[in-house]
Amino acid sequence: MQRRTFIKKTAATSALISLSGVSLTSFTTTKERKITILHTNDVHSHIDPFPDNHPRNPAMGGVARRANLIEKIRKEETNVLLLDAGDIFQGTPYFNYYGGELEFKLMSMMKYDLATMGNHDFDNGIDGFYAQLPHANFEFVSANYDFKNTKLDGIVKPYKVFIKEGIKIGVFGLGVQLEGLVDKNLYKETIYNNPIEIATDITKQLKETEKCDLIICLSHLGFDYKNEADKPSDIKLAALTQDIDLIIGGHTHTFLDKPIIKTNKAGKQVVVNQVGAYGINLGRIDFYLSDDSKYISQEKNIIVQ
Amino acid sequence: MTFKSKNTNSLYTIFVTTLTLLSVLSCKTNATRTYLIEGKKIEVNASYEKNQAIESFILPYREHINNDLDSVLSFSPETLDKSKGEWQSNIGNFMADACMELANPVFLKQQNKSIDIVLLNSGGIRSIIPKGNITKRNAFEVMPFENSLIVVALKGEQIKAMAQHIITEKKPHPLNGLKIVINKDNQIIKILFKEEVINPSKTYYVATSDYLANGGDNMTFFLKNEGVFDLNYKIRNVLIDYFYKYKTIEPSNLQRIIKE
Repeated sequence: MQRRTFIKKTAATSALISLSGVSLTSFTTTKERKITILHTNDVHSHIDPFPDNHPRNPAMGGVARRANLIEKIRKEETNVLLLDAGDIFQGTPYFNYYGGELEFKLMSMMKYDLATMGNHDFDNGIDGFYAQLPHANFEFVSANYDFKNTKLDGIVKPYKVFIKEGIKIGVFGLGVQLEGLVDKNLYKETIYNNPIEIATDITKQLKETEKCDLIICLSHLGFDYKNEADKPSDIKLAALTQDIDLIIGGHTHTFLDKPIIKTNKAGKQVVVNQVGAYGINLGRIDFYLSDDSKYISQEKNIIVQ
Repeated sequence: MTFKSKNTNSLYTIFVTTLTLLSVLSCKTNATRTYLIEGKKIEVNASYEKNQAIESFILPYREHINNDLDSVLSFSPETLDKSKGEWQSNIGNFMADACMELANPVFLKQQNKSIDIVLLNSGGIRSIIPKGNITKRNAFEVMPFENSLIVVALKGEQIKAMAQHIITEKKPHPLNGLKIVINKDNQIIKILFKEEVINPSKTYYVATSDYLANGGDNMTFFLKNEGVFDLNYKIRNVLIDYFYKYKTIEPSNLQRIIKE
């Protein structure tokens, strides 16, 4: 009897607490939230900075510097997501000697939240990738690679939903066609599905079932293929789908001066970004969200610099 | 712990319920929406201090790699460079001969057959080997990629196409096992394997990189083949093993393409 009353009271109290926390304040003020997305792609085992006398990228990049930059941003912002768009592996002896162990350990130290798989992440085979996963404190997503007949079944999921200050952020992954690019002995029974079709299904699921406020695609498809009309790319993905807010790309090592804005199938704007390669740049996209009614009929502003 | 009477509690529940309803009814249920997006790229340059925790974590890995890469394995009395020589280079001869010598026992064990010819591509040689001590780092610089050796079974007809490709491209591709005789106008006079003219219907076993075996660098003659055998032997490891085996690297200057 006493217990029943207590439970009821507790429920009511917590309802009151949550009311004063959320609904009550909404009578007077609106709720503003900011989500900061930081991203890299095609780092290719570039753990050390380029040498000072490097002809193209002197003294650029390096994990120790990136870590400090990220730490600085984390001190300034509450809701940070740190993402990677694939090809973490291959490019320096660190990979040849340690098979990706150090790359994953350092990304874990920097508190990466999520990554997708690039073609080079298969360079030591599905088994080699799987063997390094214990060193990663973050997960991998890929929606169009079907891993059901491989070791990665159930490990690499299609998407992951993050909740930051009540904002639901759905992040899904897309990978490039492996046939002709990666040896079959390495990717084994991984099935590549059409990324545009998969993206259409996944975004619907993230929007309607998961009720995501933001949808981000981590893509290793490549930015744009002007001479290959049928080849899926980030530019095509942006134009042929809807409800994606941000496409973070990789694979083509495209050094964009700034993020670009494309119009999607529904006439809405999508931000597409890719930050070259080798950890030379860190991409940063800030989303400002509000439940203020004044924004209802207004198209969002996008400022890229 | 004290509890309020049941009566008070009910009133309290009603109050909260009313409040909840009130809040739902009187406030518009506005969906959260993005009203602004800011995007930029941040250059990771020397203006950022190095994170010391990260830096000291990397250090033992870096030192181990550097010690290993810089340990001296062999010696080169001269600089090996692919730009030295028109039809073949000293580095190309060294690589093709090393592949033949070290990969043949692997193929013999695997398929009970011998490699007849080795062909790599000049473009795949990514660095010179300077005169002096040779370290593992040299092998990584020459062959930074993970390419491994593949043996492709080709009919003599395809060997002819291969010889024609080499002569047409006029690049010093690493070659072993084949002798191509050309005239002064760069036309093929004869193609010899062990001093015998290539037989169009006979099968020859050609070791090459997996990249070229798949038709890379326009070597499409590999695609019409009688079978492929993966040796699972990285070309870089062939070089490293060869450096371990020989204290001095002296490439053969045997002519593989002979101009009459």
